Amino acid sequence: MQEFLSHLTVFVLACFVGWQVIWKVTPALHTPLMSVSNAISGIILVGAMIAGGEALLDLPGKLGMVAIAFAAINVVGGFWVTQRMLGMFRKR
Amino acid sequence: MTSLPAITTVAYLVASILFILALKGLSSPATARKGNLLGIIGMFIAVGITLAQPEVQAYGRIALFAAMGGIVGGIVAKKVPMTAMPETVGLFNSFVGLAAALVSLGAFHKGGHTGTIGSIEIFLGVVIGMVTWTGSVVAFLKLNGRVSGAPITWPGRHALNVLMGIAALALGAWFVVTHEAMPLYLTVVVAGLFGILWIIAIGGADMPVVISILNSYSGWASVATGFIIGNDLLIITGSLVGASGFILSIIMGRGMNRSISSVLMGGFGEGDLEAGDAANIQAQAAAKGVNIGDVEVAAELMRGSREIIIIPGYGLAVAQAQHPVRELTERLEAEGVRVRFAIHPVAGRMPGHMNVLLAEANIPYDQVLEMDAINSDFPETDVTLVLGANDIVNTDALDLPSSPIYGMPILEAYKSRTVMVVKRSLNPGFSGIDNPLFYRENTMMVFGDAREIVDSMVKELKGAAVA
Repeated sequence: MQEFLSHLTVFVLACFVGWQVIWKVTPALHTPLMSVSNAISGIILVGAMIAGGEALLDLPGKLGMVAIAFAAINVVGGFWVTQRMLGMFRKR
Repeated sequence: MTSLPAITTVAYLVASILFILALKGLSSPATARKGNLLGIIGMFIAVGITLAQPEVQAYGRIALFAAMGGIVGGIVAKKVPMTAMPETVGLFNSFVGLAAALVSLGAFHKGGHTGTIGSIEIFLGVVIGMVTWTGSVVAFLKLNGRVSGAPITWPGRHALNVLMGIAALALGAWFVVTHEAMPLYLTVVVAGLFGILWIIAIGGADMPVVISILNSYSGWASVATGFIIGNDLLIITGSLVGASGFILSIIMGRGMNRSISSVLMGGFGEGDLEAGDAANIQAQAAAKGVNIGDVEVAAELMRGSREIIIIPGYGLAVAQAQHPVRELTERLEAEGVRVRFAIHPVAGRMPGHMNVLLAEANIPYDQVLEMDAINSDFPETDVTLVLGANDIVNTDALDLPSSPIYGMPILEAYKSRTVMVVKRSLNPGFSGIDNPLFYRENTMMVFGDAREIVDSMVKELKGAAVA
């Protein structure tokens, strides 16, 4: 329970930070915001490595490997396409 | 998982801060690229320190699968055209959902989560992950046209949804009490099915809300897995993404004057309507008393203007007309006309869709204005050119209380001296309602494909400049 409550604290505070930061994003960049959030939600890669990264290739290991592949698509694809998009925004 | 070594905690904290800064960078196009780089650094730190954890041992396998995914992601990112960004985001949302469901199932099979809280966490990880996955796949298929953009509905739909909700709750209770695989895998099926049936009932024009909500869900899916494996980095990052998608869906809902829940109930809109043949369209329009203009007249009128505002909509993306539009803009500017762009929050199929298309066509972002910034300028505008947009300039939203879009904020194009509407036909927009703007005295309809029309306008202007 103690552990759960400490994670819950982090969760609630992070929601507040997200709320504050995201409202300041300029509407012109809402598409890059979505693609970069795709990239950072690829952080599930970390979860997949922890849950399925043990030496023994059991069922969790196999599930973890598939999760790693999909999360990696997001990380690489998300950051890359965001960078590509942002490179197109220029001032007069 | 128990407590982490100090270095890991610090590294995760640094990565979290870098992700927050990456999002903060998006407050202006000038700082956005630097922000994105900070995000990349954050990801390197997070992955690097995770590889150093004692329970992470299978380096070869991890490298292989990460490389496979990375290559696919790289190819997608390099090749995808900007017009296809909505479905790309939809696809990326789906992958997070799938990964979250897999990690949750993996954690279940690993054991050690037999407590009530642990079981609820796994159950939620599976539910949110599965709904995000299958819902996003359907959104992807709708956005790239493989599934009809029209809402697909059937009798008893809402009752079925309620039934599935009850079934999921019952399965959840069963799982929490027994910790058996059976209820968990039944949950996989029910949640997956729900995601499909839910999104398939929502119309194409509501996609900006849907894609934002699914983006949000992908964040909450990461949060759930963070709780399962006891990892604050996942919780923080997932919360940022969840908040982001949630805020975007609020903004999109306001842009349509619709509550998010009414959008999510589905069944709204008509989907894509086919244009008839050219002669038929002209005849129909003439019979309805519409002013029909041709490209020559339109070009001449624009040439003699001082202020022009262009309103792009989804039709611009479909016709891939962004590059001809830039040419048109440059031509007009060479004639001394000031050209600006007005963007409605829900123009296109995702938040910010139009801005990215215009940026791709090399149109400077300081020439592209948001609705609130430009709406007061229409009375002083000589020509407003509406390209492939409809509902976002529909005056019924202002003065017909019985209209389904009444109360939706619109770009007040009708206040300008002349409105030119480039459209394939008089067919109503995705909301399926007629637009009185088309029948106004100061409106001129130019029928045709946005790209072809703009191309011909450019040619006309070129010809005029030479002569």
